[in-house]
Amino acid sequence: MKPGRKNNLTGYLFIAPWLIGFFVFTFVPFLQSIYLSFTRYNIITPPKWVGFANYQMLLTQDELFWKSALVTVKFAVIHVPLAVVVGVCLALLLNREVKGIAAYRTIFFLPSIVPTVATSVVFLWILNPTTGLINNLLRNFGIQGPAWLNDPFWAFWALVIMSLWGVGGSMVIYLAGLKDIPIHLYEAAIIDGASPAKRLRHVTLPMLSPVIFFNLVMGVIGAFQYFTQAFVMTPNGGPQDSTLFYSLYLFNRAWKYYDMGYASAMAWILFLIVVTLTAIVFRSQKKWVHYG
Amino acid sequence: MEKGNRLLIHMVLICLSIPAILPLIWMISTSFKAETQIYTNTGMQSFQISSLWPSPMHPQNYSEALQTVPFGIYLRNTLILCLLTVLGAVGSSSVVAYGFARIDFKGKEMWFALMVATMALPGQVTMIPVFTIFRNLGWYGTPLPLIVPAFTGSAFFIFLLTQFFRTLPAEMAEAARVDGSSEWRIFTQLVLPLSKPALATCALFQFLGTWNDFFGPLLYLNDPNSYTLAYGLQQFLSLHGGKWAQLMAASTIFTIPIIVLFFFAQKTFIQGIATTGGKS
Repeated sequence: MKPGRKNNLTGYLFIAPWLIGFFVFTFVPFLQSIYLSFTRYNIITPPKWVGFANYQMLLTQDELFWKSALVTVKFAVIHVPLAVVVGVCLALLLNREVKGIAAYRTIFFLPSIVPTVATSVVFLWILNPTTGLINNLLRNFGIQGPAWLNDPFWAFWALVIMSLWGVGGSMVIYLAGLKDIPIHLYEAAIIDGASPAKRLRHVTLPMLSPVIFFNLVMGVIGAFQYFTQAFVMTPNGGPQDSTLFYSLYLFNRAWKYYDMGYASAMAWILFLIVVTLTAIVFRSQKKWVHYG
Repeated sequence: MEKGNRLLIHMVLICLSIPAILPLIWMISTSFKAETQIYTNTGMQSFQISSLWPSPMHPQNYSEALQTVPFGIYLRNTLILCLLTVLGAVGSSSVVAYGFARIDFKGKEMWFALMVATMALPGQVTMIPVFTIFRNLGWYGTPLPLIVPAFTGSAFFIFLLTQFFRTLPAEMAEAARVDGSSEWRIFTQLVLPLSKPALATCALFQFLGTWNDFFGPLLYLNDPNSYTLAYGLQQFLSLHGGKWAQLMAASTIFTIPIIVLFFFAQKTFIQGIATTGGKS
């Protein structure tokens, strides 16, 4: 069929719901937020143009901005690779045909479907320094556990541990990736006398690399938007701002201080960071992602 | 595999299962404990397996939690939101996806690429202007900002469904077109009935998304009568922080439906997650 006038009309009618939503809720707000980032705006009175003042303030005078950026980068650098390693290892283990494997898979998957707010509340309780589960367990080994969320060093690590608990979601993706690897590749490797370690290194991991890549990209983007857990567990950013994640600081700027222009500038910096990181991860894929 | 090897794998899996499942057991167990058991020898207790079993059983935590906070109303609000957003998002997304998958029109590739690009746009960028729109409409404090956007479709679902519709055989649609059927008829009578698994995946994801959503209610809801479970639980925490037994009861109420849903729709869950992650 050739694209004619009638098809154009029908086509646009079909995509109309999305088109309307795109302009109203994405495109126009996107442009507005560029404008707002150059203004002072408290939502009640009209925005006032201030040029680059917000950006200048952010980059040169706002210590909390740098602190929150650092916390977030640290979280991304630690959490994302850790989640990939743990997720892939779990998937490799669960890809075995042993008795009751379905039950094991369910057990590892369940944590990832627990609603985020519930996970946060439960971990607040588990991490309680005096009566919480983790410190109780540590006492069995004669270790006096840290104060976790009340400790400027451990608060950050408490959130890292908690996010690892939800690794089951990506494990399922790796598991599906493992199932897609053609069996003849392994058969050929065995005939060639490749050891299990070599088969992992030269067959499994290369074949799994597109899936790992996908999870890496999503993990990096997700880290920069990490909000709910930090907000529920440490609404003020934790001791010495140790869990003041970028999105949490942005939120507080906007909805605690009604500093909307400033928050818009922060959102734009966030946007540029996410775009840049995604581009870097995409470029690096040529080196290690193998599309079979 | 040799027997010893298998035993080893079981040992490793069991050891790893403990940290995965213990927080959930701990949540449920605490939710049935009396305060006296939670705070025995305040402070320095160590962990014993027997401490997982609530004694005495104290199911009153549930009724007390429901008295402190109207979780029944939150549950109703959450279910209404889930129902409407599932209808809106799945309905609109499938219509739009049909347009992208099966109709030729000018500018299609560009719009499709733009749509995919919006998935990478952080919500923080549009958050403030969108809030202003809803505020000017007088919708602040109502659930409308949480419902209406769903009816414009979700980029993620549109993408999934477009890919799915493209895999359906085109011949039947061609035959129907020759017979003079409209595109709408082909969509509703031929394509939709064949797409139930893909639609179910989208419906499930939207349901989970709305059930879990914290940020939307945090921004837009200010009347306790319209709170959702996610937001209500956080409010409960910030107002009655130390009541762990009740908080765990509330968390259990909030979590159990999702786990039950998982056991009923296990295939849809796993396949949905696997297809979204793997082949894009």
